[in-house]
Amino acid sequence: MGYFSNIYHGIGTLLTGMRVTGKYFLNARKGAITQQYPDNRDTLKMFERFRGEVVMPHDENNEHSCTGCQKCELACPNGSIEIIWDRVIDPETGKKKKAIDQHIYHFGMCTQCGLCVDACPSDAIKWAQNFENSVYDRTQLTRILNKPGSKVRAGVEE
Amino acid sequence: MNSISNIIDWFINTGVLNMAMIALIYLTVFAVLGLFLVLLERKVAAWFQLRIGPNRVGYLGLFQTIADALKLVSKELTGTVKADKFLYNLAPYFVIVTSLMALAVFPFTKDLQAFDINIGIFFLIAISSIGVIGILLGGWSSNNKFALIGAMRSGVQTVSYELSVGLSLLTMVILTGSLQLSEIIEVQKSGWLIVQGHIPAIIAFMIYMISGTAETNRAPFDMVEAESELGAGYHTEYSGMKFAYFFLAEFINMFIIAAIATTIFFGGWLSPFGITDSLPWMGLLWFLAKTFVLVFLMMWFRWTFPRLRVDQLLTLEWKYLLPINLVNLVLMAVIVWLNLTIQI
Amino acid sequence: METATLEPTITKKGFKSEEYFINMGPQHPATHGVLRLLLTIDGEVIKKVEPDLGYIHRSIEKMCESNSYQQIVHLTDRLDYLSSHINNEAVCLCVENALELEVPERVKVIRTILGELTRIASHTLWWGVLGMDVGALTSYFYGFRDREMINDIFEETCGARLTMNYNIPGGLMEDIHPNFVKRVKEFIPHFRSKLPEYDRLLTGNIIFQKRTKGVGVLTKEDAINFGASGPVARASGHSCDVRKYHPYSALDKVNFTEILDTAGDSFARYRVRIAEMWESLDIIEQLIDNIPDGDHKVATNAVIKLPKGDFYQKVETARGEFGVYIISTGTKNPYRVKFRSPGLSNLSLLNHIAVGGKIGDLVATMATIDIVVPDIDR
Repeated sequence: MGYFSNIYHGIGTLLTGMRVTGKYFLNARKGAITQQYPDNRDTLKMFERFRGEVVMPHDENNEHSCTGCQKCELACPNGSIEIIWDRVIDPETGKKKKAIDQHIYHFGMCTQCGLCVDACPSDAIKWAQNFENSVYDRTQLTRILNKPGSKVRAGVEE
Repeated sequence: MNSISNIIDWFINTGVLNMAMIALIYLTVFAVLGLFLVLLERKVAAWFQLRIGPNRVGYLGLFQTIADALKLVSKELTGTVKADKFLYNLAPYFVIVTSLMALAVFPFTKDLQAFDINIGIFFLIAISSIGVIGILLGGWSSNNKFALIGAMRSGVQTVSYELSVGLSLLTMVILTGSLQLSEIIEVQKSGWLIVQGHIPAIIAFMIYMISGTAETNRAPFDMVEAESELGAGYHTEYSGMKFAYFFLAEFINMFIIAAIATTIFFGGWLSPFGITDSLPWMGLLWFLAKTFVLVFLMMWFRWTFPRLRVDQLLTLEWKYLLPINLVNLVLMAVIVWLNLTIQI
Repeated sequence: METATLEPTITKKGFKSEEYFINMGPQHPATHGVLRLLLTIDGEVIKKVEPDLGYIHRSIEKMCESNSYQQIVHLTDRLDYLSSHINNEAVCLCVENALELEVPERVKVIRTILGELTRIASHTLWWGVLGMDVGALTSYFYGFRDREMINDIFEETCGARLTMNYNIPGGLMEDIHPNFVKRVKEFIPHFRSKLPEYDRLLTGNIIFQKRTKGVGVLTKEDAINFGASGPVARASGHSCDVRKYHPYSALDKVNFTEILDTAGDSFARYRVRIAEMWESLDIIEQLIDNIPDGDHKVATNAVIKLPKGDFYQKVETARGEFGVYIISTGTKNPYRVKFRSPGLSNLSLLNHIAVGGKIGDLVATMATIDIVVPDIDR
């Protein structure tokens, strides 16, 4: 009798499976989990902690808060950050002070590990949430984070 | 001159021209139908899988497969170096031609039937088993081990499941007493055969659907392609339009299997309880509606079940389907003999 | 590479049959990455399986030698990327033990919750892919639907979906996101309602059972001899859960049972993983309501120097026992780092348990061993 009960049981399990998929078929209209990506650009919002790329925020006076301490450069495991700095004379105090010339970020080498942002003592760099990073030429992935003519915000010390 | 005009006369008198015209119409209609079956399959699969499916090309993605077909036509035909070129090129035609030939005998309505042969079912069974030769040739001549394994599996599978398809249809032939498809439908004016034959007919229908799915090499019997095992199986080395022939044939075969079931079990173009008997053209709609319900059932199978293993496939056929089928055949004979059929 | 010997054999009836040789991979749908299997096949029956590694070797252990201890952590994301969080935890625990640093209770609890979420995420992906390997494509999407919720939780708190790098030696990079607890609490009942669906779709299915029961049987002795760990070993009755025997983080505070099965076949491995998902949900539920207050990290030196000596820490990833072995000479870089990855020892079983099966069996066996190729190659 095992022969027939096997068949009965087997068909039963198959129908159970079909009921699961059938339920989803009937609710297909509201149940779709697909995101229609390029169309939903306007509504698509990434989480605020999402690690897209490293940026250096500048305020309205074209000032950033990077002192050129190079802690991010040391923290980076891939050598994606290079800082070119110089000592300039502070006009207010007249002392020599370290200042960045260029904060170079090799996005092509970055693994988005977040150690640089974590290491920065003055919150000069942070994560941007953009994710459409493909370019045709990989030299475009090397970015200079400080804007031309920008200087360090007064009061930000190492 | 005389001989040429004789030949032209012969063409006109014997109706070869008519035949060619009808063949051309059938070819066009069913090629398009095949394309839209592909689209339907993709849409249905998407709805089973919490997705949306193709929705970019044209309204609701209606032209998606047309675009795909255009892409396939424009693609380069590649092949392996040491392939058996003749057989390799021949194989796709075997598959597509046989599946289109089978379409000729279906009565879509009372009048819309290209070829009312008096051994219709026999013809269908015979034709459907030729298609596998194309698959075997394709797998063998590709000079690819994965394709070869796929082809061997297909041989094993079709030889086994032919038997069940044939026997389950034979069970119903006992009821109708005719192999001619138009007559089978006439018989069903006093109730669809699945009602007339009740228990054995339902068993025969279940066996037919299982073995029919296996005949078309669709999941859960897609041993031949078995994506996760063999890559793409027998058509691994085909590209462009040759691949498209295999692909199209698979979908037309699915339609054929469903259409046979509609004709044999569900009264073909007959409307339920004769509600639209006054409008003969409604028959086509009924036929297509029934067929697509069965096509949907086969898609439901495909997107729910895991694949069988090749030895389990044979176990299912030889230890389960075949014995049940033989007993069912006797049961049907007894029912017909004792006049226990249900006539409405 | 030694090629398989192809000895023609004469059967009784005089037909000549030959074993043949086939390359499965490095590009093949069933090998889940760039793993190459050299198969010797007689018809459909597998005679020999030789895995050939090295297609994704990135020399991560060597790279670790030139990185600081904070930087090593993010490299372990790239080993077994499906349990990256647990890998990170292993390195951090190893460094913390070496420094004899006591991390706050809050960190321990959060690490455990995230670890168990990672385990569920990994197992849901495995479930979907297993379905796909045995031919049921739909399960793939259902598995991914549930994994997506966990990935969103990770993304909101850690900033990434796969390679999180959220643990640092001494604690966590940032405190958990305010939405974290709410989202996890939403996830638990959702997943509890979906797990029975997994059973209805696949577990009970007669075809699936026929495909996996009695396939790729691994005995308890072999599991021990080959150094198998994780669900693969536990399905053979070998009790080896690191979470039980060497509890780390907050795992000593929670009640859970180690899932064991005795059959050792593919279906047993399947059942163990499904049951582990239930257990992980229980662990998360015990912890999520009482995350203690406190700091999310303790201060460490910017340059961590481990004392001289060698340090070992093992954790239970979704695939089994993951070990980190660091030899330090007292400088800021390790002298040598060795990762004991569960995937490699589990893969070494493959030839042993797949021989004699069909090609379809090999696929099912490989799927239930649940290999992640970057974990094997490193």
